[in-house]
Amino acid sequence: MSLDTATVRRIASLARIRLEEEEVGRMQAELNGILGWIEQLQAVPTEGVEPMAGGAPVSSDAGMRMRADEVTDGGMPEKVLANAPDRMGDYFGVPKVVE
Amino acid sequence: MHPTDFSLRGALDALAEGIISSEELTRAHLDAIGRLNPRINAYVTVMAEQALAAARASDERRRQGIVGPLEGLPLAIKDLFCTDGVPTTAGSRILGNFVPPYESTVTANLLRDGAVFLGKVNMDEFAMGSSNTTSAFGPVENPWSRANDPDARLVPGGSSGGSAAAVAARLALGATATDTGGSIRQPAAFCGIAGIKPTYGRCSRFGIVAFASSLDQAGPVARTVEDCAILLRSMAGFDPKDATSADLPVPDFAAACTRGVKGLRIGVPKEYRLDGMPAEIEALWQQGLEWLRAEGAETVEISLPHTKYALPTYYIVAPAEASSNLARYDGVRFGLRVAEGASDLRDLYERTRAAGFGAEVKRRIMIGTYVLSAGYYDAYYLKAQKVRTLIRRDFDEAWRKVDAIVTPATPSAAFGMDEKQDDPVTMYLNDVFTVTANLAGLPGLAVPAGLDRQGLPLGLQVIGRAFDEETVFAVGAAIERAADFRAVPGLRAGA
Amino acid sequence: MSTYRIEGRTGPWELVIGLEVHAQVISNAKLFSGAATAFGAEPNTQVSFIDAGFPGMLPVINRECVAQAVRTGLGLNAQVNLWSRFDRKNYFYADLPQGYQISQYAHPIVGKGAVEIELPDGATKTIGITRLHLEQDAGKSLHDQHPTKSFIDLNRSGVALMEIVSEPDMRSPEEAGAYLTKLRQIMRYLGTCDGNMDEGSLRADVNVSVRRPGEGYRTRCEVKNVNSIRFVMQAVEAEARRQIEVWEEGGTVEQETRLFDTGRGVTRSMRSKEEAHDYRYFPEPDLPPLVLDAAWVEALRAALPELPDARRARYVRDYGLSPYDAQVLTAEKATAAYYETVAKGRDPKLAANWVMGDLFAALNRTRRTIEDPPVKAEHLGALLDLMKDGTLSGKLAKEVFEAMVDTGKSPGAIVEERGLRQVTDSGAIERAVDTVLAANADKVAEYKAGKDKLFGFFVGQVMKAMQGKGNPALVNQVLKTKLG
Repeated sequence: MSLDTATVRRIASLARIRLEEEEVGRMQAELNGILGWIEQLQAVPTEGVEPMAGGAPVSSDAGMRMRADEVTDGGMPEKVLANAPDRMGDYFGVPKVVE
Repeated sequence: MHPTDFSLRGALDALAEGIISSEELTRAHLDAIGRLNPRINAYVTVMAEQALAAARASDERRRQGIVGPLEGLPLAIKDLFCTDGVPTTAGSRILGNFVPPYESTVTANLLRDGAVFLGKVNMDEFAMGSSNTTSAFGPVENPWSRANDPDARLVPGGSSGGSAAAVAARLALGATATDTGGSIRQPAAFCGIAGIKPTYGRCSRFGIVAFASSLDQAGPVARTVEDCAILLRSMAGFDPKDATSADLPVPDFAAACTRGVKGLRIGVPKEYRLDGMPAEIEALWQQGLEWLRAEGAETVEISLPHTKYALPTYYIVAPAEASSNLARYDGVRFGLRVAEGASDLRDLYERTRAAGFGAEVKRRIMIGTYVLSAGYYDAYYLKAQKVRTLIRRDFDEAWRKVDAIVTPATPSAAFGMDEKQDDPVTMYLNDVFTVTANLAGLPGLAVPAGLDRQGLPLGLQVIGRAFDEETVFAVGAAIERAADFRAVPGLRAGA
Repeated sequence: MSTYRIEGRTGPWELVIGLEVHAQVISNAKLFSGAATAFGAEPNTQVSFIDAGFPGMLPVINRECVAQAVRTGLGLNAQVNLWSRFDRKNYFYADLPQGYQISQYAHPIVGKGAVEIELPDGATKTIGITRLHLEQDAGKSLHDQHPTKSFIDLNRSGVALMEIVSEPDMRSPEEAGAYLTKLRQIMRYLGTCDGNMDEGSLRADVNVSVRRPGEGYRTRCEVKNVNSIRFVMQAVEAEARRQIEVWEEGGTVEQETRLFDTGRGVTRSMRSKEEAHDYRYFPEPDLPPLVLDAAWVEALRAALPELPDARRARYVRDYGLSPYDAQVLTAEKATAAYYETVAKGRDPKLAANWVMGDLFAALNRTRRTIEDPPVKAEHLGALLDLMKDGTLSGKLAKEVFEAMVDTGKSPGAIVEERGLRQVTDSGAIERAVDTVLAANADKVAEYKAGKDKLFGFFVGQVMKAMQGKGNPALVNQVLKTKLG
């Protein structure tokens, strides 16, 4: 599966990574190199095989653990906002969004 | 003997006997860091004041009779672990000046047990790499050098290059690290030290910057197998804050180190014998198996037929999960924000992420985004997860015949910093022996077993059943005893 | 079966409507974090590092949120899936800290169900439920606080939402309104969502398409985040008309997401069309599957409160109320509870009349709610008792009721204070009658001559003389006797 430059730009857009024009070609080559290499997986027969979900080495029938409905967190706006690149009072500031 | 030459176990004994204090031990390490780190670049953040304060507090606790399992031991922490009040970078520019207001569970466990943190160590950016050359804070130099070319700077491996180099150079008694495709075992092997990636779920992932959620695991690197066992015992344990954390008791891993291997069946997977594998590595592998047989183990050839698909499987699954895990680095709530020239929110995202992520991270995010995208999910991500099941089944089948599997840890010794940089795929091939254990969620340990022609360390890998780190430690310790690896790197404290 | 049509220039059009409703779950803490969910808190004070998407944070599910989703599924007569799974829905937005929403895509917790809706003309219709799943809510963006910046508050980020998807079974704005009303009512009865659309705890995305009667489906558009039942009905109409015009002009309706402009009563396009969202769903690797114990689900089912439809049927069957009255009294759980207290051991129809008439009027007048009424249910019941035992006439009772509204006192207390006891002492009545007849001899003569209407006048005069306290039946009787 080989990517054309339009696809490379579309992926960069989906991933919200700005690609300058001069970078597109190189990224395309690198991605195609990687994709060409992983293409070999297509040769593996996998009919009827369940995809592995998560990293657990042993499947469990128990499912995820649930926790009690108690308020045990939050109430720390200063800590939440402390690393904000643009703190606007009690809020995070971002360039205005028009819907 | 220089205080930095202690093993973890040796230091625990010395501290207990009052031969040395934690403050002295810590100071010795800080001095060594001051001298050697400018060259090795293992440490990104040195916590000198805090380390000394912690060491003093530990000595005070000891006077009160309070002695935790790691009391007073100076350790290095991979900069992927969030440490409360201490800058955490994940080896990236994009985290900016992020100072976590919380502690990862693994490092909290170490603090609970009395450890002293010397600082945060360097790593490949977002744990993506096998050379520690993708860090935003510069590469790490392997303290080992080639006998015939001592000026050539070698990589320590990655992504936990800083952890491994720090321990090898005696700039820490041990270090935390993480392993997603081999990032503990490969640098440990390159640096002539031991390291273990435990079973998936053995250590909590809470507070560790996520790379690939179904593959990441924290683990220790240290100079001996027993030291790793001691560290792992403290690091591991059920954590209700991590839904993938295994609710199982933590065994006494150190005790398992002296078990021996009598009666164990050791699997030798034929698919790990690669075309063009260096003869030295094949020879070391055979040597390791000999040692084990001499100790009473039985070696059995096994087949793990889907081995050759492990790397491409990994390079679909890991980037896919990473592309999602790294979406939160957007300049809104923490970290780097490139506001200049940003016309709107979307532009802010694009500029911030372009400036903040390095080339390898961008490549993997792009691959990951692509393999999850509409129309490609089935052919790539879903397919890879199915092949992953087949890889795990290969191991399930093997465990009916053997109790542990021994393979080389890496396809080569440490390589030069400028090598393998042209083609991403060449770098990916470093993980060929290690990645299967991550895909199957199994424990894998690297133990130094010998030197190559150039005097560079080579390691062997032991893979075990899920949650059977004890057998892995037993086999690893047996190899270690037989190998009697005493070589030390040229660049080290106390040299 | 529905006959609703919009007449276009070229003929009649049928509407096809489906609703995707987002309902905030009633719980103390959020779906995957322990931060609080209460509405109206100071910004960013109910935010855990998990909700803020900080590095290394991990989700752990809240059992009560799961239970609430199960209860709602049961209330929708839907299939509860004992095995379900969470997936990541990946997209970038300022109020989505992780850059993905943890949702359920492939395997939701609840499958197919159905609800009965009641239409204004009394007809009923079954609307299919496709599925219900759990997901995280996003934070809030405020766009009007600053000229060049939007402000982000993450209090709502991570609150549990149930997304309820209907089959495209609705065919008119009324049906859409009735469906949403029903859904809201069921969840309020169950206590799984408070349905306060003005606070945003219930929002609807409306999918609308139109077609010629008998045709297959044409392209539909989605009108997002409509926050009142009235607006849902308006949005359906507005969007249908817009689409009809496009088709009739010879154009094609493009699939897109739109917003309802409540001021102008039209829908407008939400985003430029350059990039449809590619959410890149994949299973959430931080969470094992959600596995429910069948016995646990059964216990939840057994403990469910009586649902609106069952309660309505019970009122008709056991209280003999008309379907209309039953519907009014069961519309809100609190109203039904109030009514049942009043009706207990009493004439249910009388109780119904007083609740629907006098009490509702009093609620309107005093701008109070049934949850905080000016007259307690017990007191209203006691008032009915005083009528039954003859203490009060119906007219007096209404006076007492007004006094109860004003003072909050019990009817007994008011009767005592004001000496309003109805007089049943026949001697006193006879005396009053005699006085009135004596004072109006001319009218007595006219009555005897045939002017029957004057009877009412005598009754009024007697009542006046007795300050309204005369027992009407006795007064009538005595007057008849004396007038001959």
